[in-house]
Amino acid sequence: MKAAVVVFPGSNCDRDLAVAFEQAGFDVSMVWHKDSALPEGVDIVGVPGGFSYGDYLRCGAIAAQSPICKAVIEHADRGGYAIGVCNGFQILTETGVLPGALLRNAGLKYICRTVDLKVATSDSVFTQGYNAGDVIGVPIAHHDGNYFADAETVKALQDQDRVAFTYEDNPNGSVADIAGILSENRRVLGMMPHPERAADEGHGGTDGTAMFRALAGMVTAA
Amino acid sequence: MKARVHVMLKNGVLDPQGEAVRHALGALGFDKVEGVRQGKVIDLDLAEGATEADVTAMCEKLLANTVIESYSIEMA
Repeated sequence: MKAAVVVFPGSNCDRDLAVAFEQAGFDVSMVWHKDSALPEGVDIVGVPGGFSYGDYLRCGAIAAQSPICKAVIEHADRGGYAIGVCNGFQILTETGVLPGALLRNAGLKYICRTVDLKVATSDSVFTQGYNAGDVIGVPIAHHDGNYFADAETVKALQDQDRVAFTYEDNPNGSVADIAGILSENRRVLGMMPHPERAADEGHGGTDGTAMFRALAGMVTAA
Repeated sequence: MKARVHVMLKNGVLDPQGEAVRHALGALGFDKVEGVRQGKVIDLDLAEGATEADVTAMCEKLLANTVIESYSIEMA
């Protein structure tokens, strides 16, 4: 089981994500933004949180054009598994791998606290360790986490059961309380909350562990 | 050769920063402001021969996120 975690200048959750993968049994390689290929046989790619390229222009916009992102897009197009957390979610929307965009929080403030997330579907490798309807505590830490997509896209996400998580008490103005979404083939997850920061007793919560455990053994290279 | 690109959030996309500016203007007594939309202006210095089509491609690919933003281009 091999995971790759992408590192951009300004990534700051890359090592947390790597540790969460390692604790679930993955061999993790860190991949630099200037690399143009993922390591051979990678089963899942993690696009971490942080402030890639200083969030210049738009969050994730510059990262989405980096050499490694081309490889990540190709990986996803081949049917590969990937998870983007926080800035990683912003990057995946900027690349077009996931629909929609992340806007400035409706309250304009950066928010850093643990929120209640409802598991909206258990029908994905990422969420199969939970039951639909479970409420889990996962930290958020973002300034631009206000998920936006046009009404048609939101309806498609809902109709296709591709909303992975919703906020119980919407902190940032996201449309339809959306906190995380799946790609059409359900193999790419993007979410603003940080499951990797709720994956160890020392974090003060372990509600994210089930996601990484469930991934182990389920994802295969593409 | 220069080009100026204006990038604005599309109509219908909430602009919390514009709203905050509107509130602040109201607080200062400017009571005739009914709405504020905040955007970006990007000035490009271009080599000879660059065309508006080149700038359009730049907007589509990087300068604007057309999911949420619209853009306009002035060539000068």
